[in-house]
Amino acid sequence: MSSGNRNGNPIIEAQGLRKIYRVGKVDVPALRGVDLRVAAGEFVAIVGPSGSGKSTLFHIIGGLTPPTEGQIRVAGQDLAAMSDAGRTQLRKRTVGFVFQKFNLLPNLTARHNIEVARYIAGNRGAADQHFLDVLNLLGVSDRLDHKPAALSGGEQQRIAIARAIVNHPAILLADEPTGNLDSENSKAVLELLRDLNQQMGQTILMITHNPEAAAYGHRTVRMRDGRIEE
Amino acid sequence: MTGRLVWENLKHRPMRSLLSVLLMGVPVTLILALVGLTHGLLEGSQERQRNTGADIIIRASTASGVVNFSGAPIPEKVAGKIEEQPHVKTAVGVLNHSIDPPLVITGVDTANFDRMNGGFDYKMGGPLRQPDDILIDEAYASQTHKSVGDTVRLLNHDWRVCGIIGEGKLARIAVKLPILQDLDAVTGKVSQIYVKVDDPANIKTVVDELEGLETGYKINTMEDYLAMFTPGNIGGVKEFTVVVMSIGVIIGFFVVCLSMYMAVLQRTREIGILKSLGASKGFILAIIETEALLMGIGGTILGILMSYVACWLVRTLVPASIPMIIVQSWWPLAGLITLLGAALGALYPGLSAASHDPIEALAYE
Repeated sequence: MSSGNRNGNPIIEAQGLRKIYRVGKVDVPALRGVDLRVAAGEFVAIVGPSGSGKSTLFHIIGGLTPPTEGQIRVAGQDLAAMSDAGRTQLRKRTVGFVFQKFNLLPNLTARHNIEVARYIAGNRGAADQHFLDVLNLLGVSDRLDHKPAALSGGEQQRIAIARAIVNHPAILLADEPTGNLDSENSKAVLELLRDLNQQMGQTILMITHNPEAAAYGHRTVRMRDGRIEE
Repeated sequence: MTGRLVWENLKHRPMRSLLSVLLMGVPVTLILALVGLTHGLLEGSQERQRNTGADIIIRASTASGVVNFSGAPIPEKVAGKIEEQPHVKTAVGVLNHSIDPPLVITGVDTANFDRMNGGFDYKMGGPLRQPDDILIDEAYASQTHKSVGDTVRLLNHDWRVCGIIGEGKLARIAVKLPILQDLDAVTGKVSQIYVKVDDPANIKTVVDELEGLETGYKINTMEDYLAMFTPGNIGGVKEFTVVVMSIGVIIGFFVVCLSMYMAVLQRTREIGILKSLGASKGFILAIIETEALLMGIGGTILGILMSYVACWLVRTLVPASIPMIIVQSWWPLAGLITLLGAALGALYPGLSAASHDPIEALAYE
């Protein structure tokens, strides 16, 4: 089992995790028995070739899809037994996503992209001081009233990170967060993720192809053919 | 925040939004135009009957509905007999001939009609004198661009306009009674008889007396007769209105269904983003429904504005033939019909969006 013990309390526990997708009449196994343990406060990089199951693992941990078999607990919640509505609740507060393509809502300003995440999570009041500090840390306070089309890739990804952590999720899931950025912006985003982890204790799982990016994590988990390589 | 999201979505594709609103406004205009037409027709007819000054109206036993366009089943001499009854001041028989519904030529003895209520209000020219003389009201004169001295060809007959009369009294077009009787080959017959009594307090007494004669004709006080002027008493209007309203719901349904389905397809990725943020199915459905209802409200407002344009056009081009009016009391119903169509139309796209798989939606290009 791939495990970590940053502060001893596992926030993600997966055992024998399998996922089979049905494509037409063919069953395609994406995960073939994954065991993983991530401690609260860890920054874990997941690497592996395309088709190794990284994204599927990411989607299961994030509650975007249920596993076909196996056990998975995230922040004490059993995802294998969870209904669709239960996974929706999990995405509101327990996990936050950062995507390679930023995935900001194009019609809304950066500010409203962040606010919509708060609104969906049921936070109706003004943002707390802690989050305002995070915005300063991200260096996007003066770009909040622009729509995504008016922001650079680096700025969009920083807004996406702000949106992902605005509800103080237990886990931040970043799927190739630097995949669409140049080296300068990649470095800035990775440093931000490291700062969030180090200064605020944010647990982070980051999928990446880039070994340099993986080096920002406390440890690297390698996947191949739907399994974690020991 | 839902409102902002919806508003920004509407603004993001303004042409689609405007076209949808426009298309949803069309059935609203259709409904309001139809209602405006029927109400205008009824109110116009009602006003012309009321302003005859008659207290009682006698119609044929076969007269169905309230707007009597044609037929002459009552002998003219009945009017003379009625005038002999106690408390009856005047009885005036008129002959109606439908020319281009709802337009009617009325044959009337103007001397008798003058005695009833002062006669027509002449805006230009004067009363009927020659056999080929014709009186037309201001609306018909405006519609046909005719004035005093012009020739009007009606009933395969050339008439000379001898006078322009004010609207809302007995008839839009009037000719001498014997001439119309002759043209219609109903010499000595009339369509209905207006009766004026010496004192309004005697109306009921006179009605009882006339019913006692057992003529078999329909005898109503003018008050009762005017109360019959409702859309339900004009054959088919109620059913036609229901059909147009149903078409309104169906058009609204399809316009919104198509528009929102396209919107959902175009926003598949955005729906995936919202789902990744924890948006529930209800939240996604609420966004789609709210957007459709907003377009429905826009469509209702635009439809009402367009009904004013339609009314202005109709009253400018054919004020006599189509007496359209604005019926504000129908605005809420027309709006509800539109909103119903919008809500139903958005249901399928909304449910479809709500049930999107978030992973597939996020991968949508």
